[in-house]
Amino acid sequence: MKSVLPDHAGQTVGDALLQRGVSRREFLQHCGLMASLLALPAAAAEQLAVALAKARRPSVIWLSFQECTGCTESLTRSASPSLESLIFDLISLDYHHTLQAASGEAAEAARAAAMKDNAGKYIVVVDGSVPLGNPGYSTIAGVANIDVLRESVKEAAAVIAMGTCAAYGGLPAAQPNPTGAVAIAELVKLSSPNLPVVNIPGCPPIATVMTAVIAHYLAFGALPELDGLGRPKAFYGETIHDRCYRRPFYDQGKFADTFDDEGARRGWCLFKLGCKGPVTYNACATMKWNGGVSFPIQSGHGCIGCAEPKFWDMGGIYQALPQPTGPVAKVVGTAAAVGVAAGVAIAWHNRAAKADAKATHQTVKVEDLHK
Amino acid sequence: MTAGDLLIWTRGPGLALALGILIFGVLLRLFEIYSLGRKSDLAPARETSPGSGWRTVFTRSLPPPGMTRRAPMTYFGGYVFHIGLAVTVFLSIPHIELLRGLLGISWPGLPTPAVDAAAMVTMIALLAVLASRLSNPVKRLLSTFQDYFVWLLTLLPLLSGYLAYHHMLLEYTLMLSLHILSAELLIALLPFTKLFHAISAFVSRWYTGQMSARKGVAV
Repeated sequence: MKSVLPDHAGQTVGDALLQRGVSRREFLQHCGLMASLLALPAAAAEQLAVALAKARRPSVIWLSFQECTGCTESLTRSASPSLESLIFDLISLDYHHTLQAASGEAAEAARAAAMKDNAGKYIVVVDGSVPLGNPGYSTIAGVANIDVLRESVKEAAAVIAMGTCAAYGGLPAAQPNPTGAVAIAELVKLSSPNLPVVNIPGCPPIATVMTAVIAHYLAFGALPELDGLGRPKAFYGETIHDRCYRRPFYDQGKFADTFDDEGARRGWCLFKLGCKGPVTYNACATMKWNGGVSFPIQSGHGCIGCAEPKFWDMGGIYQALPQPTGPVAKVVGTAAAVGVAAGVAIAWHNRAAKADAKATHQTVKVEDLHK
Repeated sequence: MTAGDLLIWTRGPGLALALGILIFGVLLRLFEIYSLGRKSDLAPARETSPGSGWRTVFTRSLPPPGMTRRAPMTYFGGYVFHIGLAVTVFLSIPHIELLRGLLGISWPGLPTPAVDAAAMVTMIALLAVLASRLSNPVKRLLSTFQDYFVWLLTLLPLLSGYLAYHHMLLEYTLMLSLHILSAELLIALLPFTKLFHAISAFVSRWYTGQMSARKGVAV
């Protein structure tokens, strides 16, 4: 069968950049930026440039399951035109059913061809979670998500779970998880236990993180260092709170109590308005959004913790982190009633014991002592 | 279970459970204590001294003459520990936010470095009173397992809160969850251990003062 994909054989990232008129200076600058984002030592920028220029454009198969297309929107709208988008152009995106022109059988044929032509070398990017409750909840071309995933990752080199739904189940997996949504890494672990999976959570995730992970993989042949939740440490190593420019206000005890009070106007800390920055690991506060213009806290809204597992189940978005999320009033009310009832029962028991002791008490007279 | 799962549990069901056990235990013990009653005192009061009970609630917080010299660690260690603990618990802004969520009332808090210092001083005082308990033969003989157990129960929330704030030992979310969990353990066990003095101390002081006055020793 003749491949339906454009022929990229032999084309390196360096060749493709040259074709697009990207100068060596711009490329080196980009590699320096990428090395710094990945927290690599300064010398690694040159290694990255050399290796990346020689690397073959990787075939990327992008699978979209239970998702809202926000991750793709984030990627396509990332401060275009940018070097990220150039690099994104320079991967071979062979299957992405939102972005590709082909549809129906031709689209599916593109995926099959990409897998066949690049067996063992292609990268699978997934956004969205997989419903295990019923395979019919989410299908592509009539095929259940779980089957598409198993088939696609079989001969992949690596998997990138893009966005919180793919990384942790996200919104579909929020209580009570009606579709039985499962994170991608959990399923890949079952079908291809040795296949590396990188989680890039966020709702949506920062697009540059994905390009940086791919650049690292292309240049060094390995994924960047990951944390316990499978996230690249370089981007998810610190909390939003610790890198937030409003952090000094937290330490000084200066807070906005409402969104329109003096504290809010002065740009004080949003902790009392439900900011989840203290327990959210992501790079929003440093890399920011819209080409580094701003991020939610800078716009006056607290972090909602979207890059963390089960963030939808972490209580209200505007509920301060220390505030209780459980049924405290109900439990305490019941406990009080049971406590009073148990107290009355113990009081009754003690009184009965006292009365009993009194009734059976035998007095001793002086003459009894002489008996 | 991830750190996030533990955080969700401690902020939700864990907190509700701990507070439920606290309220259950406090009411149970108060009923038990007060329903025992006292024999009615048939003797007339020796002295009329209104307010002896209330005054005793406060005066018992002051050292009797000469005692600070005889047992300096007991008094000064105790003061520093109790005041430091009160500052850490009631003037830390996240703690005030928790109480606002539970009771609907709030008050101004202290800047984080001040609470951080108070927590450190409180822990040092806790260590000092433990050293005194172990080194003083009388105190050591009087101590039971429970004394050491409640000491640990009190130290754990302070230590885990300090470690969480300074991002030491474990990642923040996990340490924060352990901090909340340790505080919930303290709350749940308070009614069933010597920690119950946090509630009963003031009532028993009032009773002692009132009875002393009645017997002719007005305070």
